[in-house]
Amino acid sequence: MKTQQLMQGNEACAFGALYAGCNFYAGYPITPSSEIMEIMARELPRRGGVFLQAEDEIASISAVIGAAWGGARAMTATSGPGFSLMQEGIGYAAITETPCVVVDSQRWGPSTGQPTKAAQGDVMQAIWGTHGDHPVIVLTAGHVRDVFEMTVAAFNLAELYRVPVVLLLDEILSHMRENIFVPEPGELEVIPRSRPVNGAKPVAPFGGPFIPLGYGVRFSVTGLAHDDWGFPVEGPPAERLLRRIVEKVWSKAREIARYEALYLDDARAVVVCYGIVSRPAESAVEALRSEGLKVGLLTLKTLWPFPDFLFRELPTTVEYVLVPELNLGQLVREVERAVGGRARVEHLGRVDGYLLTPEQIAGRVVENLGRRV
Amino acid sequence: MLIHTAAEYDRYLRTQKLPTVWCPGCGNGIILKAFIRAVAALNLSQDEVVVVGGIGCSGRTPFFLDFNSVHTTHGRALAFATGIKLVRPELTVAVVMGDGDSVAIGGNHFIHACRRNIDLTAIIFNNMIYGQTGGQLAPTTLPGRRTTTSMWGNIEPPFDIVRLALGAGAGFVARGTVFDFEQLSEILGQALAFKGFAVVEVLTTCPTYFGRYNSNDDPYDMLHGLKDRTDPNEATMAEKLPVGIFRNEPRPEYTELYRQLVEKLGGGGQR
Amino acid sequence: MTFVARDPVQVRLTGTGGQGVITAGIILAEAALMDGRNVVQTQSYGPEARLGASKSEVIISSRKIAYPQVTVPDVLLCLSEDAFNKYFRDRHDDTFVLLDSNVTDEPVEDGRRVFKLPIVATALQVGHKVVVNVVALAALNALTGLVSQASLKEAVLRRVPARFRELNEAAFAAGEELATMVGEAIP
Repeated sequence: MKTQQLMQGNEACAFGALYAGCNFYAGYPITPSSEIMEIMARELPRRGGVFLQAEDEIASISAVIGAAWGGARAMTATSGPGFSLMQEGIGYAAITETPCVVVDSQRWGPSTGQPTKAAQGDVMQAIWGTHGDHPVIVLTAGHVRDVFEMTVAAFNLAELYRVPVVLLLDEILSHMRENIFVPEPGELEVIPRSRPVNGAKPVAPFGGPFIPLGYGVRFSVTGLAHDDWGFPVEGPPAERLLRRIVEKVWSKAREIARYEALYLDDARAVVVCYGIVSRPAESAVEALRSEGLKVGLLTLKTLWPFPDFLFRELPTTVEYVLVPELNLGQLVREVERAVGGRARVEHLGRVDGYLLTPEQIAGRVVENLGRRV
Repeated sequence: MLIHTAAEYDRYLRTQKLPTVWCPGCGNGIILKAFIRAVAALNLSQDEVVVVGGIGCSGRTPFFLDFNSVHTTHGRALAFATGIKLVRPELTVAVVMGDGDSVAIGGNHFIHACRRNIDLTAIIFNNMIYGQTGGQLAPTTLPGRRTTTSMWGNIEPPFDIVRLALGAGAGFVARGTVFDFEQLSEILGQALAFKGFAVVEVLTTCPTYFGRYNSNDDPYDMLHGLKDRTDPNEATMAEKLPVGIFRNEPRPEYTELYRQLVEKLGGGGQR
Repeated sequence: MTFVARDPVQVRLTGTGGQGVITAGIILAEAALMDGRNVVQTQSYGPEARLGASKSEVIISSRKIAYPQVTVPDVLLCLSEDAFNKYFRDRHDDTFVLLDSNVTDEPVEDGRRVFKLPIVATALQVGHKVVVNVVALAALNALTGLVSQASLKEAVLRRVPARFRELNEAAFAAGEELATMVGEAIP
């Protein structure tokens, strides 16, 4: 019989990664992500994987990318200040189409900020943090079991689309413990790393399946604009590269989207949330529904590519959309754009380091919708 | 196998990518050739060698070499190489960097690679200037020298890369020049064969910028200048800049220690 | 015993860094899990967990727990003066409060919901201040019935190395013994 375990968010992330076959971790300690690193330091060597405590976050992401090219399923975890340092590497991973996973447990910022207080201030950085147009997939989670599943999803999407995948956690979720059914082997899908077929005619390493270094196909990996064999190009071929690597993600928003929708059918108002804020949002929506108010809940787990279709397909009954976030207004801009004027979109931000309460969210909905059932 | 003919060298080159991006008179091509000769002498298979470059004139080296080529970001070549080597310890990993790459922007990675003693061969092209970006000050530029960012004469003292590597704990530390090809390829061979972190500083020339800004841009004179500045006989810290091998002392190597740890914990078999 | 645990019930355990309130929260959460309940445990983390007032919160419910943090505690434990000063105010009329005898000189006991017990002194008597969290948990649970006694005891013993088993068993017993002093006092 399956038994439940009391598991911390960071623990679920580390074990989710191991479940997904992660066999390389490089990182630099930073609150509130350090438990992920400590678990990997304990678990990877005894499972035959590689753990490296790097000299900084730039080295961490660089070693992760190097390890991925060596054939490993590689990951790092950090928080805001370290995530800022990793942007250079994330851009390199994007242009070289390197499958890898970067976990950012968000804390209050900017700068050192409040290291032990939660925030959702890194959303835009996760999407747009590195320079230049680039592909990236951004995921998030709201409860501990979710952290496990989304970490596995991060590895799978990294393989499928050959992109860096960012998983956004936050201080509360990272340190919170909940009872969860830990997925059994085989319960969740794990997409394996593609390997070159022995004796097969070498195919170009870019634009097709991933080929690790040192398996008999000699090519080049570069952060420069490059052709399908990894050699520098300029002009139209560079444009073709950029369009291809960005489109391969942007055009698959529907396939990449992970979300939960609740009570949308007849909703007059919808609370759109993600991450830890989905917890008070759920409480708020349940409370409002029990009063008979027609309020729905849309919980996003994929933040990028942004699931525009969800908002285009909202029921016509929806007149008001509330986006509660632990920031001064980040994802709300995407929501506003995707809603496209079909309903009024409002932001509810909390930035004192504490979690929004169900009362704050429910209160704002009632202010706008009234108590009318 | 010791190689001599152009055809023998061509085997290791991506000839269709030539000519190189390097200016006429640049010393970097000599390092490229010395490296090929060292690899050939060690009978290393091209599939088993990874050449990792950073950013700068030197960073372009991997494109011309027919090995597994990786051209990384500025200063991070050693960190990328560390990831590759850790998961594929059976591969020979050489890292080519410039002086800015290795001891300015990448200085942190450099000293930690020395300390960690991971089996990489770091080949540092030291031309005492930032060539690719148009001739700015390097952390190895000597006092008084002119660059586009030290037009009144450099007032900063330079890094001595050899002393830095020795102090940070690298197991193999050497210096060569593009003037002495024989010695350079010999040093590179020993460095590649060394089990641990090997540092080879190669003094090279940049006639286009360093020469032009410092009153002599004749490639021949600059090469001979290297000869005059260095002392090939005395591999010690003498008045002239010594060249040769300063340390060749194997100590426990990181990927080997890691392998032992995995074995001790019973985690073998997955890699 | 007149305290009837709500469902969900919100528990806030507070003290000074080093008194093991974070561990106490994890133990309580594990015991609740053994009882087949849903549970969320959160904590104040960082400098606070090492110095000054520290806090661990547990929500126990037979249903799914959405909002993970304690709004107003139904059960509050304060083991230090700092913690008392910071957290005592935050309670409702029916909040069950257990205080260490030394957290305040104020006559805050009401003989109904707010009680003082010599928890820290008892831990020292048992043998070591390190078991103060176990004494406190055993006493608190005996008074409130948050989780079953068997689960709590097992959760405690699972957490401690074998060589400290006896010490912790003694601490647990001492905590339950302490609770009887109050149990008699409750009208």
